[in-house]
Amino acid sequence: MIDNIDLGLVDWSRAQFALTAIYHWLFVPLTLGLSFILAITETIYFKTGNEDWKRLTRFWMTLFGINFAIGVATGIILEFEFGTNWSNYSWFVGDIFGAPLAIEGILAFFLESTFVAVMFFGWNKVSKKFHLTSTWLVAIGANLSALWILVANAWMQNPVGMAFNPETARNEMVSFWAVLFNQVATDKFLHTISSGFLLASMFVVSISSWYLIRKREELMAKRSILVGAVFGLLSSLMVAYTGDESARTLAKVQPVKFASMEALFKGKSNAGLVAVGFLKDNGKKMGDRNIKDIAFSIKIPGLMSILTGGNTDSYVPGIEDHVFGNDSLGIMSVAEKKARGHYAKDILTSYQVAHRKNDTPQADSLKNVLLTSEYQDTYFRYFGYSSIDKPEDVVPDVSISFYSFHLMVILGFYFIMIFALAIHLLFKGTISKNKWFLWLALLSMPLPYLASELGWILAEMGRQPWIIQDLMTVSKGVSKITSGSVITTFILFAVLFTGLLISEVSIMVKQIKTGPKH
Amino acid sequence: MTLMISHLFLQHYWWIIVSLLAGILVFLMFVQGGQSLIYSLPQNDVQLTLIVNAMGRKWEFTFTTLVTFGGAFFASFPLFYATSFGGAYWVWIAILFSFTIQAVAYEFRSKPENVLGKKTFDTFLLINGSLGPFLIGTAVATFFTGSKFSLDQMNQVHWETPWYGLEALLNVRNLSLGFAVLLLSRINGLLYMVNSIDNDNLNSRVHRSLLINSIPFLVFFLFFVVSLLLSKGFAVDTITGKITEENYKYFTNFIQMPVVFIIFIAGVFSVLYGIGITLFGKSTRGIWFTGAGTVFAVFSLFLVAGFNLTSFYPSTYDLQSSLTIFNASSSLFTLKTMMFVSFLIPFVIAYIWYAWQAINNKKITEEEMKSEGHVY
Repeated sequence: MIDNIDLGLVDWSRAQFALTAIYHWLFVPLTLGLSFILAITETIYFKTGNEDWKRLTRFWMTLFGINFAIGVATGIILEFEFGTNWSNYSWFVGDIFGAPLAIEGILAFFLESTFVAVMFFGWNKVSKKFHLTSTWLVAIGANLSALWILVANAWMQNPVGMAFNPETARNEMVSFWAVLFNQVATDKFLHTISSGFLLASMFVVSISSWYLIRKREELMAKRSILVGAVFGLLSSLMVAYTGDESARTLAKVQPVKFASMEALFKGKSNAGLVAVGFLKDNGKKMGDRNIKDIAFSIKIPGLMSILTGGNTDSYVPGIEDHVFGNDSLGIMSVAEKKARGHYAKDILTSYQVAHRKNDTPQADSLKNVLLTSEYQDTYFRYFGYSSIDKPEDVVPDVSISFYSFHLMVILGFYFIMIFALAIHLLFKGTISKNKWFLWLALLSMPLPYLASELGWILAEMGRQPWIIQDLMTVSKGVSKITSGSVITTFILFAVLFTGLLISEVSIMVKQIKTGPKH
Repeated sequence: MTLMISHLFLQHYWWIIVSLLAGILVFLMFVQGGQSLIYSLPQNDVQLTLIVNAMGRKWEFTFTTLVTFGGAFFASFPLFYATSFGGAYWVWIAILFSFTIQAVAYEFRSKPENVLGKKTFDTFLLINGSLGPFLIGTAVATFFTGSKFSLDQMNQVHWETPWYGLEALLNVRNLSLGFAVLLLSRINGLLYMVNSIDNDNLNSRVHRSLLINSIPFLVFFLFFVVSLLLSKGFAVDTITGKITEENYKYFTNFIQMPVVFIIFIAGVFSVLYGIGITLFGKSTRGIWFTGAGTVFAVFSLFLVAGFNLTSFYPSTYDLQSSLTIFNASSSLFTLKTMMFVSFLIPFVIAYIWYAWQAINNKKITEEEMKSEGHVY
């Protein structure tokens, strides 16, 4: 194991991965959603033969193309950063984590890249039917790729379907289906792709609103708003539903993250769900952490207890319960988990020493212990706690978790309202006259991006200090290179990504101002 | 019913898949080869646009194959993924950087108000086109020449030079493969242009450039192959797992695996035939021979690196840390699961072929570039 960890290296490695992920996620959701919107509008063209729908499709396809390339570009960095910056992690879990990434390449990326070429270049080269099929396959391929990477991410949040192999000193997959149908993976996939649909819908509605404000391309704009708003409303309802499901799962598999996002330091019965709130330090400390109180909030009484336990009397454990344990609820303290983690590590170390000394009887005896279900289920599952210093270190940043979660939820409800309003005004036939709505829709364009990034900040910052929940801390997964190397590449990527983003936005604005060409 | 497939079989099976992907990747780097010529080959903007669009319609295949190659390596030989990427940091970062700037360059270069300007994006294409194949070739050469790393008891890599992979550039054999891969990519790029662009003026320039690139390619490639056959290799003992240096190991591998040798020779001759019929017979179908030849040659070189009890990623710092297809692989369960997934690869190849044909059924012309379609 790494004994002398350079915390600067860990922080910069985290920063580089976060930078890449944040930039990547600025582009990918639009690809996920806009690909389906293109498929829908092209289907209407195919069915009606109306050239206006083709023109509309080709306009949005131009914007799709500009965005698509940069999403792909940042994606390749992410995949390989698992190896370049988190090599110890890659070995420890590569037997499980690598498979979804490989499947993503074989099944999803090729589907997407093959047919995106037909979609862009095939208008006059292939039949209408083949072209339409290609557009649908691009949408399916893009979303399939999201499935596999999210399966991999979900496994980090809730490691299932694996067992530790002492001979190879790594975790190995024992059930592919358990990994694939991990409840976190299902929730994450549905929540993520629906949020991508929502974002793309807002993108379409916002830009179309600008055309209506400028009294340009009114037919295309209204048709686009119709498709975008209906797709967006359905998507935003799905986002709300899957978000709720995700939170319920979180309460079970990552209870500290769940308590942190609600800033619930002390557990309670009849716990209300905070709709809007602000935090303040209450002057007390948990170890070296400041304890936060909710200074002001609008709460829905009892709802958190209902959501987590089924009724208002249900006790929702707080951060303190998880850190110090709660015997009456059967919640183990971090101290106990640390003891178990140390025991797991000590047995493994003794086995490795015996193995190196060629003490076969001792090695075999210890190996038998390591392979028992008691060792795996009772001790090894807390292996990561052997690296935890202070009990409160298992608590992520509460303020970041709380604000990112609540702001995301508030925005989620706002989107439902915007899409519903758009449909209402469209059917009333007054959308062009309601300038206030058009401006509101236009100015709302960045908000789904914000909500989407907040979701990932909650998922990943809320996972700290773990790179794999309970099994490995982030600091143990890092590649042993110099922090200077990582700082240099961080700056390199920051400059590159920022330059490309500025370029993309500028091109996109110009294309929108130019309008449909075909 | 339980499938009785051994771990040993699957380790070999997955090395074959990885080797095949490597071969396809090097062939598809004709896109990079074409990009590396954009400042020297075209006489005017029209020819430049034709070249960029011919390559631009295929860049995603190369990119996706690279990503899949990385994913397949991660899934099947995770210790290699962790060791090489986590250790030879700078080489891989440089490769990734060059591919990142490529992805956007096509889409952005001719778009108005792209901020960085057309020349910047064309320079991005040139950098990726030159650096990508060269560095990938250099990195693959270390499969035969070795790297300085050690693994601790938890298999974490410790790179034993401060250059984190860049030291590979100081080895003449590594450089020779790097240049050979770059020049082969350029040859394939040129032959692809002959096959897919309808422009007589450009074609005559392509033929001249083909000759200029083929001669140094042969020099670098022959140097690498001869040095490979004469060099020591890294053998693994099946029972103890101990790694030792062995004289003429790769030559022995070719002799002891005649099928691999035949594939290699067939690959080399196919490449030469493709070049020959284009240079002397004015054929437009040379790309299919050099392409298939590239896949065969690279495929067989990978098999020589990893099969016949050979370490495919040797450590010259600590021999016993060297990676083999046995100690670096995933578990039996994972390899078996992935094997079922790999059965879909022929289906993937089939639809790629179908879509490729659909787009390439007409050559790219100047008129098409002036139309209002998706033009880079």
